[in-house]
Amino acid sequence: MSTLSTSAPARAPRGTVTEGRRRVREKQWPAYVFLSPWMLGAGVLTLLPMAVSLYLSFTDYNLFDPPQWVGLRNYAEMLAGDPRYWRSVGTTMLYVVVAVPLKLALALGAAMLLKNLSSRGRGFYRSAFYAPSLLGASMSIALVWRALFNDGGSVPDVLGSIGIDTGGWVGNPNLAVFAVVLLAVWQFGAPMVIFLAGLQQISPDLYEAASLDGAGAWRKFVSVTVPMLSPVVFFNLVLEIIQSFQVFTPAFAISGGKGGPADSTMFYTLYLYERGFTASHMGYAAAMAWLLLIAIGVVTVILFRTSRSWVFYADEEGR
Amino acid sequence: MNAATFGVARRKWLPHAIAVVSLLILLYPLVWLLATSLKPADEVVTSLDLWPSHLEWSNYTTALEGVSGVSITRLFGNTLLIAGGAVIGNVLSCSLAAYAFARLRFRMRKVMFAFMVATLMLPHHVVLIPQYIIFNRLGLVDTYWPLILPKFLATEAFFVFLIVQFMRGLPRELEESARIDGCGPFRTYWSITLPLSRPALITTAIFTFLWAWNDFLTQMIYLFAPEKFTVTLALRSFVDQSSTSAYGPMFAMSVISVLPIVLFFFVFQRYLVQGMATSGLKG
Repeated sequence: MSTLSTSAPARAPRGTVTEGRRRVREKQWPAYVFLSPWMLGAGVLTLLPMAVSLYLSFTDYNLFDPPQWVGLRNYAEMLAGDPRYWRSVGTTMLYVVVAVPLKLALALGAAMLLKNLSSRGRGFYRSAFYAPSLLGASMSIALVWRALFNDGGSVPDVLGSIGIDTGGWVGNPNLAVFAVVLLAVWQFGAPMVIFLAGLQQISPDLYEAASLDGAGAWRKFVSVTVPMLSPVVFFNLVLEIIQSFQVFTPAFAISGGKGGPADSTMFYTLYLYERGFTASHMGYAAAMAWLLLIAIGVVTVILFRTSRSWVFYADEEGR
Repeated sequence: MNAATFGVARRKWLPHAIAVVSLLILLYPLVWLLATSLKPADEVVTSLDLWPSHLEWSNYTTALEGVSGVSITRLFGNTLLIAGGAVIGNVLSCSLAAYAFARLRFRMRKVMFAFMVATLMLPHHVVLIPQYIIFNRLGLVDTYWPLILPKFLATEAFFVFLIVQFMRGLPRELEESARIDGCGPFRTYWSITLPLSRPALITTAIFTFLWAWNDFLTQMIYLFAPEKFTVTLALRSFVDQSSTSAYGPMFAMSVISVLPIVLFFFVFQRYLVQGMATSGLKG
């Protein structure tokens, strides 16, 4: 089992050189016909925009006047002269660092719980736990969340009744971001489904052998489940981190569209939207987007590098 | 009952008990949404009961009138048009590209495949502004084209990847014999590979629909005229008002807007859950 396989499928065997060459020439053009929509999209809607966005990041551009070259000024302002930028970086990092581990831990716990149920119960709960993942990205649920965590909403009420007086989370700069965190955690069903599929692929023989060697439940978890599941953990981790960096709709709704209170829910993407589309600083927003791309790239590379020491691929054993 | 049988019994009911309790907590926001959508205005703040004292259906009549003079049928129709266009576009263009990557030989295949996989990690925001500039130059802002056209150009690499992975798992024999019978690649794609790939195509269609239905950022950037608004954009106008007086109609509209998602969930849950699971496991 290998996740995130990046290699192209193996080449089909060729005939003799001359025959092969003739056949290749005959067969090349249909492939490009199949690929033409994708190639057009990749060129015009991905590569070209990436280049344009890189260029714009070195300019002052408001969509109406031609872009003015300003060199590294956008980047310098961002890194040295814009506390709101750093606030947005801090908020987003806090969100990623808290929401992703919580969500994955809950997903793994739920998957292990469901694995022990009868197949009927498992199917039912798997679907039921998955449902929030479909709804969670909607504006409707974001509005529900704002109401639930607002002053007089259910969450402060319930916490107050057991003696924890938090007041409304949405209006509290220290707590507002955690309402968004909990909305992400609520959607643990998606990674849970992937974990459950991974758990079901672990051979029961391994657990049996561990039992014979006298391993208890905890030992089996550490020595069998964790290593066998590590490729799936890795896949979920990469996926969730990349998605979390880009959270937008819930932050927009919970903060009333303005990142408030006191910029405490000014997520990176929300600030990017505000700079680019509300304040018409397209160059600044483009520079922000490129730093986001670089940040995601660096985090992904670090994850892939460290994965060699903790991700265990059974089919690569002894390599 | 001795300790051993007690242990066995406990092992049986404990997971069920935890699952039931978790489910109740998870479903609470949805029950709350339904209840609040039926509450009279004076009970929203004053009453601590979850369920309303009597069902206030007028919230729904208000919601059905829509927002800023645009009826909810219009909002629904607009959203369906965008989501439907996205589904057709993604299924067609992504399966075409996937067939080439999975089955055909051509120059630069490895480079193109690697590029396609790399774009899986590309944050949308990097291309958002230039795409906006392009569509603005073409005079297509405030139309549905910027929301539908990219889907016909296979820009969502996730689905190309999903279908490639699925097609790689299909047996080659049928395609080989079709070729021996004189089928060209187009015939083979259309009559053999595409029908066999149905599960992956259905997964693509469902997720495309749901993502387009839930989308907010792109819709907000491209659509301005109220009569072109989608359900999500109509709900957005509630974001600025934090008073609880509008709760009833606002959440009635929320309920209506998530109905298609709930419906999709009940009809397609097998495909949703399986599509999700295979995307992470097949290699």
